Amino acid sequence: MIGFIARRLINYIFLSAFATMLAYVLVSATLQPGARFYGRNPPIPQGSIDAALNKLGANPNIPILERLWTWVTQLVTTGSLGISTRGTEVTADIAARAGTSLRLLILGSILGAVIGVALGVWGAVKQYRTSDQVITYASFAVLATPVFVIGIVLMIIATTLNQAVGTNVINFTGEYTAGLEGGFWTLFADRAAHLLLPTITLTVTAVAAYSRYQRSAMLDVLSADYIRTARSKGRTRGSAIIRHGVRVALIPMSTFFAYSFGLILVGASVTETVFSWHGMGEYLFNSVGNSDINAATGTILFTSILVLIAGTLSDVVYAALDPRVRV
Amino acid sequence: MSEPLLVVDNLSVTFSNQGKSVYAVRGISYTVNKGEFLGIVGESGSGKSVSSTAVAGLLPSSAHVEGSIRFNGRELLGLNDRQLSEIRGSEIAMIFQDPLSALTPVYTIGQQIAEGLRLHDSKLTQKSAEARAVELLKTVGIPNAERRAKGFPHEFSGGMRQRAMIAIAIANDPQLIIADEPTTALDVTIQAQILELLQTAKEITGAAVVLITHDLGVVAGNADRIAVMYAGKIVENAPVLPLFRTPVMPYTIGLLRSMPNMSDASTTRLVPLEGRPPLLTTRPTGCPFADRCPAVKAICRTSEPPLAQVHSPTGERHVACHRADEIVAGTLRRDEIFPIPAAVPSSEKSTVDPDIVVEVTDLKRTFPLTKGAIFRRRIGTVKAVDGVSFTVRRGRTLGLVGESGSGKTTTILEVLELAGAESGSILLDGVDTATLTNKARRAIRGNIQVVFQDPMASLDPRMIVEDIIGEPLTVLGAPRSEIRRKVANILELVGLEPSFASRYPHEFSGGQRQRIGIARALVVEPKILVLDEPVSALDVSVQAGVINLLEDLKERMGLSYLFVAHDLAVVRRIADDVAVMYLGRIVEYGPSDLIFNEPRHPYTQALLSAVPIPDPEVEQSRQRIMLTGELPSPTDDIVGCNFRARCPLYQLLPDDRKVLCQTDDPAERPVLGRQVACHHAESNLLVGQ
Repeated sequence: MIGFIARRLINYIFLSAFATMLAYVLVSATLQPGARFYGRNPPIPQGSIDAALNKLGANPNIPILERLWTWVTQLVTTGSLGISTRGTEVTADIAARAGTSLRLLILGSILGAVIGVALGVWGAVKQYRTSDQVITYASFAVLATPVFVIGIVLMIIATTLNQAVGTNVINFTGEYTAGLEGGFWTLFADRAAHLLLPTITLTVTAVAAYSRYQRSAMLDVLSADYIRTARSKGRTRGSAIIRHGVRVALIPMSTFFAYSFGLILVGASVTETVFSWHGMGEYLFNSVGNSDINAATGTILFTSILVLIAGTLSDVVYAALDPRVRV
Repeated sequence: MSEPLLVVDNLSVTFSNQGKSVYAVRGISYTVNKGEFLGIVGESGSGKSVSSTAVAGLLPSSAHVEGSIRFNGRELLGLNDRQLSEIRGSEIAMIFQDPLSALTPVYTIGQQIAEGLRLHDSKLTQKSAEARAVELLKTVGIPNAERRAKGFPHEFSGGMRQRAMIAIAIANDPQLIIADEPTTALDVTIQAQILELLQTAKEITGAAVVLITHDLGVVAGNADRIAVMYAGKIVENAPVLPLFRTPVMPYTIGLLRSMPNMSDASTTRLVPLEGRPPLLTTRPTGCPFADRCPAVKAICRTSEPPLAQVHSPTGERHVACHRADEIVAGTLRRDEIFPIPAAVPSSEKSTVDPDIVVEVTDLKRTFPLTKGAIFRRRIGTVKAVDGVSFTVRRGRTLGLVGESGSGKTTTILEVLELAGAESGSILLDGVDTATLTNKARRAIRGNIQVVFQDPMASLDPRMIVEDIIGEPLTVLGAPRSEIRRKVANILELVGLEPSFASRYPHEFSGGQRQRIGIARALVVEPKILVLDEPVSALDVSVQAGVINLLEDLKERMGLSYLFVAHDLAVVRRIADDVAVMYLGRIVEYGPSDLIFNEPRHPYTQALLSAVPIPDPEVEQSRQRIMLTGELPSPTDDIVGCNFRARCPLYQLLPDDRKVLCQTDDPAERPVLGRQVACHHAESNLLVGQ
């Protein structure tokens, strides 16, 4: 088993390295970080421009492969992803923003998975009954609605509520209220209040997706012979479904779980933008907007490492849940 | 007399789905006494499983159940799921057909047995439940029970899984065990072991057993009484001996006459039951069997006969037939109800020279077994076929028999591939297939054709029959008009209407579909037909028709068959020569009559003795030669005879004669008119037992 995981891990590492280098070449060929230096009045001397671009490792006069080599050597020897166009270390930027994204997303993802699985099981057991129909239509409605619309609708509701109550019960801009002072609990409550709306947004979208997958996985299992065997041993229907059914239906879900948990750090760009959180999603958007080669490639490397972890995790989870694939 | 253990009275089960109703069980009544063994026999769709599932209260919620089920004097219908769950597993236990899908894949066998124990005894600790589970596994004959209890279902073979299933069933000493087709997916040798275990389980627990099966042979030797079901009704219910000796309901008579009987060497043709059971989407107005019954009268079409008591010289019985009295009295003779189909007149038989058309010499086929995570390396070899030689002559049939995993299918696939052999040689019409060019291979392909096991899966559901049958001709580039003419001819030849050509496969029954499969193989006028389990997916009553057809076609067209089957009764019926395979080798090979009458290899003897015979007297008097254990892994390198570990003869031998089996691998050698691979074939003590 460990050998199998090791082999998969080695595959993933090669894949990540290749993806990152390809990304560097593509980004370098597309983005023009020099563009913002031209057409200025007074014009910036060519020497300064070249110096600035050289510092970024983005001088268009040097062949792309040579720049890639410099970038890779630097990454391998010093662990640095280069300097962003704003002059900061990309590695430090990513570390700071990953933490923000993690805080924002982990709660929503876990809630979404748990509630989604529960609703999926419920829907499958009550197939074609009213409760199943309601869950089905509601989840399709959510899946069909763009995330920013959900965010904005929630904001409108919160604003109405705040106005009705008269004070700001629900804050939804940014991660915390700037300049707020107080003890640990005051700050904690403030952060929690800021988390509320983005978490709801993420939970609702995750629930919609998870419940669909779980419902179909569960329907396959419900008619299985071993549920009948469990009942013939003396389990009631409900208990047989939970002990024997859900346990098996979770197996195909494990891949889906692993990837969505692995990618939570970069997976919610729209939600971050709507609620003004400065996370990884926003960073990727901005880096492209700023023609920031190092930041964009750094983000892609970061993402590919997350995919690597998620892939390995899904293998491990799958083997943990399903004795048939253990080797 | 106290009330029987189980009284089912006027039980009906109706499935409703989107306004459409299926009347699966229509008012059946039967009783099971304490310790009795009842067999319920019927074809697929007869309602036999549904009625027993209803007893355990395990039907889906779409089922509407009416009538009365009294168990130990207590009415079960109307109890809620919680009340029923207290009875299930403790007083009523069930054993299901496919033990792979019936066991939860993610829990160990020990956990699944312990679960059933703890559900009915809350004081039992997990530890003592697991200890008891190991005890139960020992009881049902699983070796290394401590270790196997920690194994998962996929690590068990089919027979072992069914043993575990029986362990679950007897865990709480039930009073009633319902076994739903418990041996259908298993090899005959394993089937015999499981049936014996079921009898043991019955003795240990003193429980009554209801055994549901489609195979009359399975119940003949085990059951005390048999209920025959047809189209949702019990049509005959009688003690086992009278039911087999003097059946009354024409359906029972037909079913018994349509079964090939292995103990019977007679060449009288099988009697097929034409047609198929009615769809139960409407309530039949007359007797549901009327359309297939040659003894039908006007009244059979208008009123459905009730299951009534009939007094016959051979004892009390219940029969649902308007003409039961005539049959009992003998005015309507049993053997005259179903006309025996005429054999092919000798003028239409084609006479052919018995040339050798297939010659296989020392065929070997191995598959590599690899291991290793990062670097794969070869750790062994699966010897699927390990030195097989046989010949098929023109107009003759060779039957290949053996347990699953013995290499039968690999052998015929090697022949069909027309690409030579890994080792050894395959000659078709004297031409070595290894020497063929691509063009020659395509030309010779028309000479050898194949019919597959599953007529549902082997016909493309999106093609009409004409295109399915004509496809081999389009490959050869025949013009459209010729294809149409040939398809019409061939449909007639296999006993189907030429007008069926424009229909789709789903409109046909299983037997008709298999005829389409045969027509597709025959349309290119092959010399050799490879038949891979051609009747095993069919119901008994339609099997006979297909077997008769194959016999006729062979005689009319002078075909040669290479016939693979696990049902030895069918092979005895159809084959001229038989080759018995074990672990990739042929252990006995010779004329069919010789081998079936007096097998010489202990494996052949065990195999034949495991086949259930649809005759209770023969069944009860015969001494079975049981095979212990299961097929060893084909990766093992066994020194000496590879059958030694399971050989019933080896166990009887004195030590000095065992040595030969331990050291020398027996080669095939001629013994009494056939080839046998056994050191002790001449002095085989098991002969005649």
